Amino acid sequence: MDLTLPLRHWEMFLHGVWVSVTLTLLSVVVGFALALPGALAQQRRSRLAFLPRGYAYFFRGTPLLAQTFLIYYGLGQFEFVRESWAWVFLKEAWWCALIAFSLNSGAYQTEILRGAFAMTPKGELEGAKALGMSERQTTWLVLLPSSLRRAMPQYGNEVVFQLHSSVVASVITIQDILGAGRTLNARYYVAYEGFVTAAILYMALTFLLVGAFRLLERRYLRHLLPPEELKKLQKGALGGAAFGSARV
Amino acid sequence: MSRKTLAGALAAAAFALSAQAAAAEDLKICVEGAYPPFSETTASGEVVGFDIDMANAMCAAMGATCEMVKTDWDGIIPALIERKCDAIVASMSITPDRAQVIDFSAKYYNTPAAFIAAEGTEMTTTPEGLSGKTVGVQRGTIHQQFMEGEFPDVELKLYGTQDEAYLDLQSGRVDALVADQIAMDEGFIKTDAGAGYAFFGDTFSIPKYHGEGAGVGVRKGSDLAGRFTDAIAEIRASGEYDEIQKKYFDFDIYGG
Repeated sequence: MDLTLPLRHWEMFLHGVWVSVTLTLLSVVVGFALALPGALAQQRRSRLAFLPRGYAYFFRGTPLLAQTFLIYYGLGQFEFVRESWAWVFLKEAWWCALIAFSLNSGAYQTEILRGAFAMTPKGELEGAKALGMSERQTTWLVLLPSSLRRAMPQYGNEVVFQLHSSVVASVITIQDILGAGRTLNARYYVAYEGFVTAAILYMALTFLLVGAFRLLERRYLRHLLPPEELKKLQKGALGGAAFGSARV
Repeated sequence: MSRKTLAGALAAAAFALSAQAAAAEDLKICVEGAYPPFSETTASGEVVGFDIDMANAMCAAMGATCEMVKTDWDGIIPALIERKCDAIVASMSITPDRAQVIDFSAKYYNTPAAFIAAEGTEMTTTPEGLSGKTVGVQRGTIHQQFMEGEFPDVELKLYGTQDEAYLDLQSGRVDALVADQIAMDEGFIKTDAGAGYAFFGDTFSIPKYHGEGAGVGVRKGSDLAGRFTDAIAEIRASGEYDEIQKKYFDFDIYGG
């Protein structure tokens, strides 16, 4: 195995990292925007709650690879799609990937949020009512902050899964991390160099993501820390200063 | 029948069986399955095409039993090296780059590379004529290296299979495709899907990129290279080659 090969093509891999990371983060953000109204509708037992339920069921029930193929190769087969304004976006593999990934991640996030909403302690909502908060105030000031905090560990998982799912981009001509690895393999007729490099990069990114979520959890879930840990934090010994004073 | 003769008959039968097993050498052949008409996968999952018929004819000439192993193109050389198969019969061009990694038999056919696009295109096959255009090509092929070498400023889109590249030409995501002339003619232009598309510009056969024709790939130092070369000569002499060729093409693809 010749590990100088990937080093000689580091620019290709660096570009791949950029593509993978931006696709992952953007699709989680867009997915959140898709998931929030759906999860709220279910929490409020809206008559339209069957829509987000059906959406989450469909996109969690089919493989991301099939969804991406359908959007990229499938839609492009229809004349009316190619002549519509949407083709400006659908023509580009990058947008197809972002659309597929966002819809997919949105479906999973709908379930994460729905679960977090349902777990909200009754007392918090009753308290809001007792203070005379409107429904909107209750949602924004009580339900959401409390639920997002509870959903944080699952969100950490979701982002890592999304990063790993993003390898699907490489089958629709996008040069992401795996795409760079495959190109390297194909150019030099080797089996391992490209894939090993890709695996190392994905692992490093996962490590960073997990670390970032650990910091976030330390900040926003500090009420769940064991007492000794909390004491250390309060003394400012463990990054307490970096996060300012406790506001939890 | 006495016991002795029975035992003798059994021993003879066992010997005959083992002799047969030794004579029929089992070879695994890596084929692609997404490169019509040379190699395509039927609805029932079977791999058929010119490459597969060639492989079977060569194996028969060598007295070997061959099993086809469907392998993705961009992993086909590693699959050979890692012993997932013993030979590659997948329209693989014999190029100096590949010859550093594996050995080849003599060619079994040789056809040039060409460009296709929507009918009536004004593109030409010069660096200026293709500037600003997007060209689709299968990843890890001689055509990718040809484009990178001769048309460095043209935007390339890389596909896992040639069939996916056809889909994107139809949807208009790429302006042109470059690949083997015959593969595109028989596999796309002459089919229903290829209506409205045509060849344009020149055909290319630059030895540095395009090599000296398609050969059978084998592991370095394997005696199979010579045996496949002999098998090709044998089926060409016996007329079997022409018979197979006639099933797919109405002209000679062996080349000069």
